Amino acid sequence: MKIRAIAGITFKEAKRDRVLYLLFFFAALGIVASRVLALLTVGDRIKIIKDVGLASISLFGVLMAILIGTGLVYKEIDKKTIFTLLAKPLHRAEFILGKFLGLVMTLFVMTLTMSIIFLAIVFAHTLRIEGALLVAVAYIFLELVLITAVAILFSSFSTPILSSLFALGFYLIGHLSWGLELILKKMAPGAGRTFVRALYTVLPDLENFNFKTEVVHGLAIPPAIYLSSFVYGLCYTVFILALAILIFRRRDFI
Amino acid sequence: MADAIRIQDLRKNFRLGFIPKTREILKGITFAVREGEIFGYLGPNGAGKTTTIKCLLGLIRPDAGTIEILGRSHLSPRSREPLGFLPENPYFYDYLTAREFLAFTADLFGLGRREKEDRIRRLLALVGLERAADLPLRKYSRGMLQRAGLAQALINDPKLVILDEPLGGMDPIGRKEIRDIIVRFKDEGKTVFFTSHILQDIEMICDRVAIIVGGRIVKEGALRDLVSERVLFTEATVAGLPPAAFAGLGESVSAQGDRVLLRIFDESKVDKVLDLVRGQKGRLLSLSPRTETLEDIFVETVTRT
Repeated sequence: MKIRAIAGITFKEAKRDRVLYLLFFFAALGIVASRVLALLTVGDRIKIIKDVGLASISLFGVLMAILIGTGLVYKEIDKKTIFTLLAKPLHRAEFILGKFLGLVMTLFVMTLTMSIIFLAIVFAHTLRIEGALLVAVAYIFLELVLITAVAILFSSFSTPILSSLFALGFYLIGHLSWGLELILKKMAPGAGRTFVRALYTVLPDLENFNFKTEVVHGLAIPPAIYLSSFVYGLCYTVFILALAILIFRRRDFI
Repeated sequence: MADAIRIQDLRKNFRLGFIPKTREILKGITFAVREGEIFGYLGPNGAGKTTTIKCLLGLIRPDAGTIEILGRSHLSPRSREPLGFLPENPYFYDYLTAREFLAFTADLFGLGRREKEDRIRRLLALVGLERAADLPLRKYSRGMLQRAGLAQALINDPKLVILDEPLGGMDPIGRKEIRDIIVRFKDEGKTVFFTSHILQDIEMICDRVAIIVGGRIVKEGALRDLVSERVLFTEATVAGLPPAAFAGLGESVSAQGDRVLLRIFDESKVDKVLDLVRGQKGRLLSLSPRTETLEDIFVETVTRT
C-alpha cells in the first residue's frame, strides 16, 4: 500500500518531466526515420527498419531511465520533501522500492507506446503484425529495469550529474564486458585468468538482454537462454536495489 | 503521567566540509515531554533544535543516546504511527493540490477510502483551506502552505504532534488561528512538542519549556516556575517636564517632543516620580509595571551561556 502510494506519486512526477517527452519525440523520430533509411538501402529493407527501430527504443529508453532515475531520489532530498515522507511510518526500503516501481511504470508506458509506433511502421511495410519483435522489446525493457535500479542506487548518494555519468558508465561497461568472456576463452589457467573471471562475474553483462539480431534475422534461440537472461536480469536488479537500500538506510538527512 | 517523548543523553556530531571537520551539534541532551502537555522547545538559531527533531523522527541517526516516543524506540517505523510532524518551511510536491497531497499522506498510513475522504474534508475545514483545496500547492502563499502542512501532520489523528516553527511566515490572524488549533489539541488529549522563535506565542500556550543553547539544555521546567511575577521595572510616560527633571529617579529611555519615557527600576521611587509630576504641573500619560517574561529569561540564559 505504502509502496504503491510512493510509486503512484513518482509516476505522476516522472510524467511531468519534459526530458521524458523530448526523448520520446526523438525515439519516435528514430523509428519513423528508419523507413527513410530503408529507402536508401539496397537489399532487405525491412531488416533496416527493425534494426533501427529496436535500437531507438533501446537507446532512448536507457536515456530516459538514466536522466529521470538519477534525479528522483536526489530531488526529494534537495527539495526536502523527504522530511515529510520519512516522518511517517514508512520504511526507507519502501521509499526506494516505491521510487523504483514508479519509474519502472513510467518506462513501461513509454516502451509500450514506442513499441506500438514501431509495430505500426513494420506493419505498414510488411502488412503483418510481427509479435516476435516484442520478445526483443521485452528484453530491452528488462535492461531498462536494471538501469533504473542502477540510476536510483547512484541517486541515493550522489548528485544527478555524477549519477548520470556513473549510470552511463555502467551501461557502457555492461555492453563491452562480453569482450572479457572472449579473452577468458583464450587465456591459460593462472592468476591472470582468475582475475579476469572475477572481473567478468562482478561487471554487468548487458549483452545478455540483446536479442535484437536474433529476432530481426529470425534465428532460433533456445528457451534456456531466454530463461537464464531473465533470471540474470532479475538477480542483478535485486542486488542493485538491495545495495541502494543499504546505502539509503545509513544516510542522515541534514 | 507517562512520557510522550523521553530523550536521554542524545549526542550528534556532523563531519562537514571538503576536509571533514567534526562539529558537535548535540552534546548530551536529556529531557522528557509528558503526555497531554504543550511543550515549547526554544533556542537561538543553530542551537540544535531542528537536529533534535530530526533525531526524534529518525531522519538523522544519533551518535549516542536513546529516544522513546510513547514508550517505543524511535528507530522503529511503528513509533511514527501515532505521530504528526510539520517541518520548518514545509516543502511538498508543488504540482499536487492540497486534496491530492492529503490523500497521498493518508495512503502512507493505510487509511481506508471512506475514512480518508472524511478526514481530508474535516482537516481542510480545520485549517481553513476548503476553498483552495483543488489548487496546486505551487500557487499557495507561505501561510497557506503552513496550513496544508498542519493538515498533513494531522491526517492520522496523531497522539503526539511535533511542529517545527509552526508560526513562521504567518500573519497575526493566521498565528492566532494556529495557536487556537494547538490549544484545541491539548483539549483533545494530544501532546504537542513545538519550536518557535516567537516567544510570546510560546508563553501564551505552553505548559513547559526547555531552552537549548549550543547543543545543551540549559533550562527546563514549567513555565510558571520559570517566569516569576517579580516586577522588573515600571515604565512611565510623562509630558510637560524635561528629562533632566528625573535625574536620579529613573532612566530616561526616550524623549519625543515634550514626552519622556522613563524606566524606574526602584519601586520606592515610583511615588517620588508621581509627586514630582504633580508638583511641577506635568502630565502622567501612562504607568505600567513590567513583570518578567519568557523573553527576558531567554535572553538572559542565552547571553550567560
